[in-house]
Formats: sequence, structure tokens, C-alpha cells
Amino acid sequence: MINIKIDNKEIKVAPGTTVLDAAKSVGIKIPTLCYLHLHDFDITNKPAGCRICVVEVKGRRNLAPACATDCFEGMEVNTHNIRVLNSRKTVLELILSDHPTDCLICPKSGSCELQTLAQDMGIRQIEYQGEQSHYKEDTSPAIIRDVDKCIMCRRCEMMCNDVQTVGVLSAVNRGFMSVVAPAFEMNLDHSTCTYCGQCVAVCPTGALTEVDHTNQVIRALADPSKTVIVQTAPAVRVALGEEFGMDAGSIVTGKMVTALRQLGFDYVFDTDFAADLTILEEGTELLDRITRHLKGDKTVKLPILTSCCPGWVNFFEHQFPEMNDIPSTARSPQQMFGAIAKTYFAEKLGIKRENLVVVSIMPCLAKKYECQRDEFETNGNPDVDFAVSTRELAHLIKQANIDFNILPDEDFDRPMGESTGAAVIFGTTGGVIEAAARTAYEIFTGKNLEKVDFKQLRGMEWIRHAEVDFDGTPIRIGIAHGLGNARKLLQDIKDGKSDFHAIEIMACPGGCIGGGGQPLHHGDTSILMSRQKALYTEDTHKTLRKSHENPYIQQLYADFLGKPMSEKAHHLLHTHYFDKSKPAEISE
Amino acid sequence: MANIKINEQKVQQIEAICKKFNNEKGELINVLHQTQSLVGYLPAEVQEIIAKNLNCSVAHVYGVVTFYSFFTMIPKGEFPISICMGTACYVRGAEKVLDEFKRILNVPVGQTTPDGKFSLSCLRCVGACGLAPVVMVGEKVYGRVSPDGVKDIIKEYK
Repeated sequence: MINIKIDNKEIKVAPGTTVLDAAKSVGIKIPTLCYLHLHDFDITNKPAGCRICVVEVKGRRNLAPACATDCFEGMEVNTHNIRVLNSRKTVLELILSDHPTDCLICPKSGSCELQTLAQDMGIRQIEYQGEQSHYKEDTSPAIIRDVDKCIMCRRCEMMCNDVQTVGVLSAVNRGFMSVVAPAFEMNLDHSTCTYCGQCVAVCPTGALTEVDHTNQVIRALADPSKTVIVQTAPAVRVALGEEFGMDAGSIVTGKMVTALRQLGFDYVFDTDFAADLTILEEGTELLDRITRHLKGDKTVKLPILTSCCPGWVNFFEHQFPEMNDIPSTARSPQQMFGAIAKTYFAEKLGIKRENLVVVSIMPCLAKKYECQRDEFETNGNPDVDFAVSTRELAHLIKQANIDFNILPDEDFDRPMGESTGAAVIFGTTGGVIEAAARTAYEIFTGKNLEKVDFKQLRGMEWIRHAEVDFDGTPIRIGIAHGLGNARKLLQDIKDGKSDFHAIEIMACPGGCIGGGGQPLHHGDTSILMSRQKALYTEDTHKTLRKSHENPYIQQLYADFLGKPMSEKAHHLLHTHYFDKSKPAEISE
Repeated sequence: MANIKINEQKVQQIEAICKKFNNEKGELINVLHQTQSLVGYLPAEVQEIIAKNLNCSVAHVYGVVTFYSFFTMIPKGEFPISICMGTACYVRGAEKVLDEFKRILNVPVGQTTPDGKFSLSCLRCVGACGLAPVVMVGEKVYGRVSPDGVKDIIKEYK
């Protein structure tokens, strides 16, 4: 341990501790901007570029960035003397001098870290007036880049390259013109962007935001000729409350349903219903492949990979197209829901699919892109019309003057609102494969599964592996979250080094609970841990915890689909993948 | 991405350069340097070949190419003209010389004339400060250049 003094407080810290962390341990909160530390994932961004965290170190000529300066024996630090305060203020004013001041109408207003900093530091005027840098705005199906608002913290670059290994974003150009952009400054939709939205999740300003579909939803709700139905993804119910000041991990399923009904949706349904359906299709496919493999069929492709996550689907279509035949062909729950809604449910209501509007509430930005894919439409009418994020739903609720916190709890409508505990845990890493295991076990062994909790599949480590005992037959399962970790497992398969039967992959750290459309965590990963815990709690509160026990799913098969993997199920619930390794031409 | 327009032999030469540096990501600048002297410039497809061989993202390669003013994505002209903007040349009127080149050739700095004949760039000191202001055309050095002398230099290459 070494002895240091920060603002006259004497403390002992371990060697290698930064001034920032040392200060934090004694309740001194040095402001930061570019710095980002995701504790539970061991991800750190500290380019020491913004210089907001500068402190004075006795004996050192210039001020030191606290985030990137290690403590040394006898170090004396002052975090708020007049020299430090003046410098910090100047730094912030210089950043603001090249930043638009349209805060009132900025999509990030209220949750912008730069705005908060300007407030905390009492900036009332920007002394430095001069040229501002301007770039073209880039709108993709899911993400908007408004680069004029970029402060070059490079958090997005770190997420895109180091965590996700997608490699779309990089700092380009030099000096005043430097900016984070895709290669050749092409638009995102020409790049290999997966729309995972992790860049949006960490952007401190309004430079990266989601495409907002709330107005289209409001217009659909106001149209008397349309029947508007909504589905809500599992991870939304454990995060939405945060937007209304509740603690992380608050379960607001009942309030959310009430709010959606008050917003005017004709039927409030649950993506969890479609998650149960996914388990029957994906689980059957999994069992089919494993059974054939165990019988010695050499043509069968193993491991089977889950296909619920649209960011992940984009990733392997771009980066590993030669392995397009390994993932399950099952569509994601969002798309299964849309396909069933616009056929089975529209028929039940006796209306044309064009007059049924399907809205989904998603923790995800890639879902916005997914529902616009050509293969998910019939005669130009999409299965899912609009995908809005958890954050957008919060805005909708606020606009409709609904006092969310005092709402009573209501339940989803039937038939597509019924779900099991297995579906709820789809929202966290490890959840999809656990849900699949619950159903696959019973079908494979013909026995009743007493203990439904597969604890060995749970957790937050990047890559996990576990064995599940199918009554004497060990099934080897791999789990990865974060696309960089998915890449490692994929590379193993490519190199013939993988002996898993099944692998679950989710693009975002933590799974959907950490999706790009969720309330912003501002670097506090304990929020994700709380959301994960809440999903498992919600699971235990359900009477039914195995997807195949969902009576409305059983009815759907009896009345409409026949059996899992039937021809009709194939047509409506399965998909195929494309080779997208050759991106679009760059327009010169 | 952009269809490969450069010929197969050049592609192999670029790959050989990458290999010479063990396809090391950290050698990117050296690889770009040698590739530019081979091809003359670094068009998009060349950057893609390099990214693939060094196993890094194209965005990263583009980031480095756009950071250093030495690297260019625009093909140099048949006769590349460089005006020294070092301190000595600058104080002796290099900017006026540059303005005259820009006026006559009708291209900004960093660009090439539409006929591909001349490209215009600035550089920092060629070590001939005694001859300031200095202009280079290809490898040939012109000293004590005045704005009036610019048209004569261009005439030599017409």
C-alpha cells in the first residue's frame, strides 16, 4: 500500500490505483467526461482526451488527468483549488465553443453528460466564440449520427472496436476536423454496422441517438381505421421504471400494461408469448439436430446457435457469412409475434393485415432495423410496423400525461399476452438457452423436469460453458454476450475446436437488459445486475415456467400451426440468412 | 466495397509489403508509407487490402490515412509540384508563389488537374533554405522562385 494525500485527506491505496479511484474511495467525486468504466465487465475507456478531470499534483509542472494518473508514495493532490477550477472551466468552455447550444430540442436533453457538467460547473456564458465544425448528418434505419455534437470522447469507438469487434467506428481526420466516423466517412447503413446500439448506450452527448418512431405510433393510435396492438419485450419491464425515478431492477410489468392501455392500444400483448413460441420452434430444431447427431448423422451441423438477437444476426451475416447455415432458422420473438399477429390474430379479428398495426417495445435498436428487413413483409406490409425503445416508450407515457408511478397493475390481454417464466428470462444473457433447456429436457427424456433452475447457465461472465444432464446424456452449452466474445466462439467453431451442442449469443453486454434502447446506465453496471436479478425474480413468480406448458401456445398449434417445424410454422416462424460480407459501393 | 480496380499484380505487391512487416497491425504506418510509394496514393480499395492483411478495421486504416498529411487518397499528377512552406521560404514569399500556382493551374492544394498532369502540395523544408522560396517539381528543385517565374516553370512541362 502507498500513502497519498488528496485534498488534505490522508489515505492508503494499492499501487496502480488512479487518482480518480483513490479520490472516489474517500468521497471526492472528480468530474469526468470521456472516461467510462463498466465495472462488472472490466471495460474501461480512458483516453485522457477531454481533460475535465485535471487535478494539481504537488511537484508536477502541469495539471494531471486524474483518470489516467497513477498514485505514488507521498503524492499530494488538490482536486479543486483555484488553478484547477479555472483550467477545468476553460477546458469545458472550449469544448462547448465547438458544440451546438440547441439543448432545449436535443434528443439527449436531460440525460446528456455534457449538459450536466455545464450545469454542475455553473457555465453561464461561453467566452470563446469562433468557427464551429460541421458534418453531414447520418441517418440509418436505427441510429442517427449527429456528429456536430461529438466531443471525441471515443467511448463509441471503444465499444465498437474493443468490446463488439465490429470495427465500424474510428477517429478520422486531424485537429479541428477530427471526428469519429465509419471508413471513408460513409453512412452507417453502407458499413458493417450491426445496429447493436452500444455506441448509443455510452455516448455522453446527443451525437449518437436512436431513430425516433414515437410520432408514427401516435399517428397510428389516432387513426380510427386501424387496430393497433403492442408487444413488450421481457427486458423492458425491469428497466422502464428507471425513467420514472424508480430504483434499478423495479419490476413494472403491471404498470406498463396499464400505461399502454391508457395510451390507446387496442390490445396489449407480450413478446414473451412469442418467446415461448420461439422455444418450441428453436428447441425442436435443437433437439432434431442433437438427436440426429447422436444417431451418427455426419451431415448435421453442430453447435446450433441461437438467432433471437438481431444485432448478432447482422454480425454473422457481415463477418461470418460462410457459417450462415449454423444458427437456428427460428425468427426472433419480435418477428414471430408480428407474423402470428398479422395472420392468426388478424383472421380472428376478421380484419385485413393492412389495418392491423403492430408496435413493439424493445430494449434494442437493432430491432428497428430487423422489422424493416424485406423478408419480414407481405405485399409491402411489414409484420412489425414500428419498434420503439424503452426510452421512447417513457416519452410516449410522459406525453400522454400518465402519472406512471401511481398506476394500478393490470394484466396483458389474451391470447398473445400469456407467457411462462421461461420467456421472461429471454431478456438476460443465459436466459434463452435456459428456457430452451427446460423444454428440450422434457421432450428429449419424456420425463417431468422437477428443478427448472439451471443455475450453471446464469451469471455475467463474458463467456460461460456448462453441461446440462438430459437424463444421462450430457448436453454441452456455450454462452457469450458482447459480440467480441461471440467472435471468439465463432472462430473456435470455424477452426473445428468447438465441441458444444448449442450456443446462446446476445450482442449486448448483459443481454437485452443492457440493450442500446434501454434507459442509460451512465457507466453504472450495477444497474444491469439489478435488472438481471429482477428478471429471474419475475420468472419465479410465474405459475408456468416451461414454454411448452403455455396453454395459448398449445392452442395456437392446435388451431393454426399444426406442430413445431410444420410447413406453416416454417413459412411464418423461420427465416434464412444472407451473405452481407460485401458492403455497398462507396459513392465517390 | 469499391470494386477492385487496381491490377492483380499491384494487389500482390501490396500483400507482399504487408507480409514484409509480418502482417503486424502496429506496422500500419510503415505499410502505408511503402504502399503509397508503390501505388502513388492510397485509394479505398488499397486501404481495404491492407486492413484485411493486417487484420484491423478499414475504419482504423482510414483514420490513420486521414490523420497524416503525408498520406493521400488522391492520385498525384504526372508532375507533382510541391511548394515549401517552411519558415525561411514562407517569410520570403512562398505563399504568393503558391497562390500563383493555384491561379494558373486552377486547383487547390492537395488536388490534381483534371488532365492528370499536375498536382499541387505543400511541404515543410527541403533543406535548401538558402534558395528560399523553394519549389519542387518531381525531384527537380527550383530556388528563389518569384510569382512571375511560376508560369515559366509550368511551361517547361506542358
